[in-house]
Formats: sequence, structure tokens, C-alpha cells
Amino acid sequence: MNLMRDRINTFLQYKDLLRELVVRDVKLKYRRSFLGYLWSILNPLLIMIVMTMVFSQMFNRGIDNFPVYLLTGNALFEFMNGATHMSLYSVLDNSALIKKIYVPKYIFTLSRITSSLVDLIFSMGALLLVMLVTRAQFSWYILAFPLVIIPLYFFTCGLGFLLSAANVFFRDIQYIYNAITVAWMYLTPLFYPIDLLPEWLRWLIEHFNPMYYYIQFFRDLVCYGQFTSLRIFVGCWIMAVVMFLIGLGVFKKTQDKFILYF
Amino acid sequence: MDEKYIVDVDDVTIRFNLASEKIDNLKEYFIKLVKHELMFQEFLALKNVSLKVKPGEAWGLIGVNGSGKSTLLKTVCGILKPYKGTVTTRGTIAPLIELGAGFDMNMTARENVFLNGTVLGHSRKFMQEHFDEIIDFAELWDFLDVPIKNFSSGMQARLGFAIATMVRPDILVVDEILSVGDFQFQQKCYGRMHDMLDGGTTLLYVSHDVESVRKLCSHAIWLEHGNVRMQGRVGEVTEEYMNINQ
Repeated sequence: MNLMRDRINTFLQYKDLLRELVVRDVKLKYRRSFLGYLWSILNPLLIMIVMTMVFSQMFNRGIDNFPVYLLTGNALFEFMNGATHMSLYSVLDNSALIKKIYVPKYIFTLSRITSSLVDLIFSMGALLLVMLVTRAQFSWYILAFPLVIIPLYFFTCGLGFLLSAANVFFRDIQYIYNAITVAWMYLTPLFYPIDLLPEWLRWLIEHFNPMYYYIQFFRDLVCYGQFTSLRIFVGCWIMAVVMFLIGLGVFKKTQDKFILYF
Repeated sequence: MDEKYIVDVDDVTIRFNLASEKIDNLKEYFIKLVKHELMFQEFLALKNVSLKVKPGEAWGLIGVNGSGKSTLLKTVCGILKPYKGTVTTRGTIAPLIELGAGFDMNMTARENVFLNGTVLGHSRKFMQEHFDEIIDFAELWDFLDVPIKNFSSGMQARLGFAIATMVRPDILVVDEILSVGDFQFQQKCYGRMHDMLDGGTTLLYVSHDVESVRKLCSHAIWLEHGNVRMQGRVGEVTEEYMNINQ
């Protein structure tokens, strides 16, 4: 219990560092670019336009509003993808600092995931814009979106901790993970309706693809104007808690050895 | 732990992995695992070192390159974890192991004050309160909004030192950082360190300059190949050290 309290106190002591790091990431990302933060909204829009042109005819069966369907899926997947890819390098990039000052190392991973979260909030602006333009139905359920984002954030943190620790010991992880995320993207119904898939694959995705849970929940709120099923809701949290505990456990167990492998 | 010590390094061994080829990819790892070659060529940077420091004492760490001085400092700061033995410290530690470690070169001096301060575990509010004091000491009022990649190394060191020594810590850990900066600034740094010592701060100081160790410290520990060769009053230890090394 005491240990737990110490941990929380340490975190509170360094919460301003977390803030500084997030602010730095957000500030430096668009420093000296002409449109600045607008890119965080423009980027998903541009991707959406291209993908809509290519795929909307192919998959228009069963999807009412293709741009919104696409953006809801893409926004969440891009958050997870971007955040975990950034956390892969979060410990290694700060190795010079870790060698010289004592800092809780998970702060670096946490800061990268949190700055991706800021991007996600921006891309929600793009979604809102597209919903207005395509005259999508708004329902009050949209306001429940933090219920999707919070477990997704925990899930991503867990995965980020796992990857950043593993990458210190085995630098192959970054290449393997690249391949994994490409496969993962195609195995997530981002731009196609899931019922086009063969039965067995569909079953696998619906049960074991964590991103499916979050995206389904989010689409239920945004596209279909309903709260999600109990299975999806509980699934979101189970995935989040399990991944978070695994990630944190691995990180905590290995962090004292990081310095020997830089 | 014994209440009267502020730093208690008890029988500490630090192990590094000096594997001739570093295994950092999975394929090699599994090949070596299968061949039972996953042996670590271990290297003990410190061997059963003990150091007991009472509050208010100033200890100089001397020894030739690679004798384990910096390793011992890093262990006290909690950067390295002992392989055997324990390290206990009481109170706040200000680590001056490298000035401005944690500066972001793309950001301005103003932004870096907050970044570096929070890296050291201070709150943002606290940094705001001491902002003027830091810039005064570093004499950088004219360059506040310049990205520090445009600073000279001396200017960066000034800013780093000013941030790190802004509070009066219980333990000050200094690792040969004053070699940069001009004479005037070095004098200013020594002055500030003396003030801290007079105020009761405990000092751990690494330097190759035995003269400065004599000036600042009351005690000294002499490390050789990771072993303690001698420790005690600064006069005796440095004299013996100078005799051997001449």
C-alpha cells in the first residue's frame, strides 16, 4: 500500500513534466509550417476524400454515409497507430537523458501517447465538419464519446509501454511492428463493412481485434445514434485493462535494465 | 538505515554487460539461446563499495579514468540500480552530472527553463516563481526567446547550472561540469557551491583537479578499478593519491 502511495506521489511530482513534454510535442510538430494546427484537421480530410473516391462505390452496400463511416474508423485507428509507433522510440530517444538524471521513464512514453490524443481531438474537428457537410444525423449519443476514448487511451498506453520496453532490448521490434500494424489495419473494418468478410474471419475479428470494439462502439454513437451492446462496452474495458496491466508489468520489470542496453 | 547518514552506500556492486557483440535483435538472441551462448561477459564497475556520508560533509571522489567515480555518482542519484547491496539517501538530490541534459535544442531558453525544471522534478508553478532568479544568475535576459541551439556551450552550461542549483538541495552531486564556461562564471559557480555548503548541503564531487577537491571537500574517497583504495580526510587521501600518481 505504501509502495502504491509512493508511486502515485512520484507521478504527481512529475505531472508537470508530462505537461511540458506534451506541450513541446504539440508546439514543435507544426512550428514553422504555414497552416500549423490546421494540418491536423486537413490530413484526415484529404485521406478521407481519396479513400471515398476509391472505395465508396465498391463498398456502398450497407454503409449509409461512407465518409463518416470511414472517418470514425480512421480517426481511432490512426490514434492507436500513431501513438504506439511514437512510443516505440520514446525510451530510446531519451536515452541520453535517462543516463544522466533520474526521471520515471514511463513519463516519456505517456507523453507521446498523450500528444497523439491531442491530435485525435483535432481530427474530431474534421469528423464534425464532414458530418455537417454530408448532413448526417446528429444524436445526443455522440456526447458519450469519452466512454470510447478513455478505455482506448488505456489500451494504447499498455501497448505503448510494452513496445517501448521491448524495443530497448530488441531493435527488431520496430520493423516487426510495422508489418503488424499494416496487417492489423486491413483486418479492421475501417473502409469496408464487416459482413463482406468470410464467416470465420469475421468471427475472429469480432472477438479478438481490440480496435474492432472501440471503432464499433464509436460508430454506434456517431453513425447509428445508439448506445452500443453490452458485449462491446465490456469488451472495450477488458481489452484496455488487460493490455494496460501487461504493458505496465513488462515495463516495470525491465526498466532498471534499460540503461545497460542503450 | 542508520539515521545519522544522509547517503548510505552499503556494499554495492554494479554490473555492466560488456558483451563483445551486443545482442539487440531477436534472431541473434534465439540463435545464442539455442546454442547456449547467451553468456554475458560481465564487468563489475564497482565492487563492494561502501560510502557513508553524514549531513553537511563534502566528499570528493578521485581516481583515474574508468575507476568508477561517475558510476558511483549515478548510483547515488538512482540512475543506476545496484546489482548487489543497497543505496539509501535522505532528502532532495540535485544532480549536476551533465549540465542541460534534457534541454531541447529546438526550444527557446524560456521554454527550456520549464522543461528542464520539470525534468528535475519541480512543478511548473515553482519554476515560475524562480524564473527571474535563474535568468539573473545565468545572465541571459537578452536571449530569452532564442532557440538554444544558437547558444554557445558556455551559455548552455550557465543556464543548466542556474536551473540545477536554484533550490538548496540536501545533496548536491557534481560531476566535472565546470570545465566549460569562462573563468568568471566558474568563480560564480564555485561561489554558489560554497554558499550551499555553508548552508549545510552535503556534496559529492568528482574532479580530476585535485586542487579543487582540496578546496571544496572535507573528505575524499579514492577509487581504483571499481574498488575503494582509500577513504577518509581529504588531506591524507589526496596526498597519498598524488604520491602514487607521480
